[in-house]
Amino acid sequence: MAVQGASETDTPFDIVVAAVLLGVGFLASVTAAGLTKDPLFQAQAWIFVAAAVIALAAITFRLSAGGVRREPDRYNEEIVKAGVIATMFWAVVGMLVGVVIAAQLSWPDLFYFPKYGFLNFGRLRPVHTSGVIFAFGGNALIATSFYVVQRTCRARLWGGVLPWFVFWGYQLFIVLAAAGYLMGITESREYAEPEWLTDVWLTLVWVAYLLTFLGTIWKRREPHIYVANWFYLAFIVTIAILHIVNNLSMPVGLLNHKSYSAFAGVQDALTQWWYGHNAVGFFLTAGFLAMMYYFVPKRAERPIYSYRLSIVHFWALIFIYIWAGPHHLHYTALPQWAQTLGMTFSIMLWMPSWGGMINGLMTLSGAWDKLRTDPVLRMLAVSIAFYGMATFEGPMMSIREVNALSHYTDWTIGHVHSGALGWVGFVTFGSVYCLVPWLWKKERLYSNALVEWHFWIATLGILLYITSMWVSGIMEGLMWRAYTAQGFLAHTFVETVAAKHVENIVRTTGGLLYLTGVFIMIYNLWRTVRGDVRERERAPAPAAALQPAE
Amino acid sequence: MWKFHAWFERHSLILLIGIIVVVSIGGAIEITPLFYLENTIEKVKGVRPYTPLELEGRDIYVREGCYLCHSQMIRPLRDEVERYGHYSLAAESMYDHPFQWGSKRTGPDLARVGGKYSDAWHVDHLDNPRAVVPESVMPPYAFLAEKDLDYRDIQQKMRALQKVGVPYTQAEVDNAKADLEAQADPFDSGGAALEKRYGGKINRRDFDGAPDRVTEMDALVAYLQMLGTLVDFSTYHADAPANRR
Repeated sequence: MAVQGASETDTPFDIVVAAVLLGVGFLASVTAAGLTKDPLFQAQAWIFVAAAVIALAAITFRLSAGGVRREPDRYNEEIVKAGVIATMFWAVVGMLVGVVIAAQLSWPDLFYFPKYGFLNFGRLRPVHTSGVIFAFGGNALIATSFYVVQRTCRARLWGGVLPWFVFWGYQLFIVLAAAGYLMGITESREYAEPEWLTDVWLTLVWVAYLLTFLGTIWKRREPHIYVANWFYLAFIVTIAILHIVNNLSMPVGLLNHKSYSAFAGVQDALTQWWYGHNAVGFFLTAGFLAMMYYFVPKRAERPIYSYRLSIVHFWALIFIYIWAGPHHLHYTALPQWAQTLGMTFSIMLWMPSWGGMINGLMTLSGAWDKLRTDPVLRMLAVSIAFYGMATFEGPMMSIREVNALSHYTDWTIGHVHSGALGWVGFVTFGSVYCLVPWLWKKERLYSNALVEWHFWIATLGILLYITSMWVSGIMEGLMWRAYTAQGFLAHTFVETVAAKHVENIVRTTGGLLYLTGVFIMIYNLWRTVRGDVRERERAPAPAAALQPAE
Repeated sequence: MWKFHAWFERHSLILLIGIIVVVSIGGAIEITPLFYLENTIEKVKGVRPYTPLELEGRDIYVREGCYLCHSQMIRPLRDEVERYGHYSLAAESMYDHPFQWGSKRTGPDLARVGGKYSDAWHVDHLDNPRAVVPESVMPPYAFLAEKDLDYRDIQQKMRALQKVGVPYTQAEVDNAKADLEAQADPFDSGGAALEKRYGGKINRRDFDGAPDRVTEMDALVAYLQMLGTLVDFSTYHADAPANRR
């Protein structure tokens, strides 16, 4: 409208700064692409060039279309919407790659292509793990944290254009990492595979994320910081520490994609698994517990079960998790004192984990009946149940004698997926089902029946996945250590590979079912955004007033 | 006591500092001693830095993500020691930046695969794993034999490794390209110099069966064939107090 004042739509200073930085970044990337002799580094540089061009074009387009509206008194919901879309997009990508690599292990002759080495298992597996953990999970965390911190602080997201840098910078990190894996750019550190250049970029994005989050808390109009924000803050800060320390490395050259890690052998191994286990503890646990602490009470319309329990389990969880890394290195060349410490704390970790589970589940007190009528709340509740199961299984597997059997086997893969599919996946789906009608101002979802379908298909998929991996993992572990009556090893290694064929197929089926559920969800969300309500689920129109006979 | 917690809940910086302190303790206590406790790494004879060709092979091993299915860490359990050989020592990966211990055995452990199979077996197996092992689920790596090894930056790589503590000498860095070519060709005149620099335990062969070129297959097989062969176990006493951890 023409009457809007200049102060509401103009060209803010931070946009100018962003444009200048993008210009500098563009020039630096073009120069780097021209100077380097390393084709892989050149490819990375061109990705940066493309990103800078797209961002500059977007800013120009936006400014020429009338500038940026400043709405200091309104929540920034646009960025949460973008985050929800990104979450669902990367869910499809990450899980699809997961199904493909599961199929490769089931039918190697059909799913490997000798001419296309970049589609081999070793290149695709990090695309799957980073795709689901960092792309799907990371976007879910960023989107929900931006939503929750604004609502619980009653303040608009701090930092002007900075949150958008966080969002798009994070997408660029994902593209750099995934394209890099396909091209063979990797540090070979599990769940920290991106090479030094991508790591530096993520560090910049992450610091901006921390500032945005803290800045919003500083602006808050509530005296207390809500419990969900403790968890988000612990997740953001600790991931920053873990990421920086674990990725300390020496680049081969400033124009070379490759680097060598600062530590070697045993020290490198413990640093990596200190990181690796706390990527689980802080990325996949603390962050998603924050989601639980906001969305479960909101959806159930009940207060959190126990304030004191949330204090105790928060501090205990973040203190104890950090110690648990060495349980990934039982019976290795890591000194035994470190293994024992890691095992002890891993078992202790069971308690704060279940503290969180109890606090989440008992929040449903007085609202248990909603589990029957609200499939979204049921999804959230089941996610907490899977969290409880995975956090019991984990401490059990960290016991050295159990680990002697389970380590190196499919059991670990099954354990990870009961946490990833059951806990992380379901709590995210439940939160997104809550968020979409709230963000797009719709009264309800397009269809609750489709949520039911999603819930049951995905649950069946999880059960097929984890039971097949229990069977194959324990089977191969027992076969490796089996002896004949004469005292010889009973099986060659490849016999254990062949024995897992059926389990591999069941696992692939389970993954496919889970992915099918995601497609159902996307359809449901898309119809919700369009404002549709499924014909059969429309609230019966207010009973047509019966006309008294005349 | 519960009122005390309001302090954290009302001041974001105190909460932030509290979190940083609490999450730093565990890592500091577990990781830092590994850098100064002398008995963390055993004293053994024979472990040396990788030759240039082996280093290039190792980089290919990393690039292809082999660690995702193959461990390089034999545990001191009866069946593992009988299946794969002597359990792995910390000293054997003391020059590994990064370590390649792995976490999963979709395929067998490779910590001591060196010398177990012939070069030709490795080449055939990498070319098409199911041609040699019908039940295998390993991807095919035929493209390695077709790709010439790009070792233009081998000296930069060795210098980077020097900076993080690998004891490459100046002569080893200066002669890296000649050493690399000498290892892939048994008739190369630089062979004696290579062995002088890196010791006698070096496989000098045309690993991939294509004598006129150095391919990625040469490098990877050279790396696989030296895995776990360096330590002189005749002089290693596991029960010696210095080696007890």
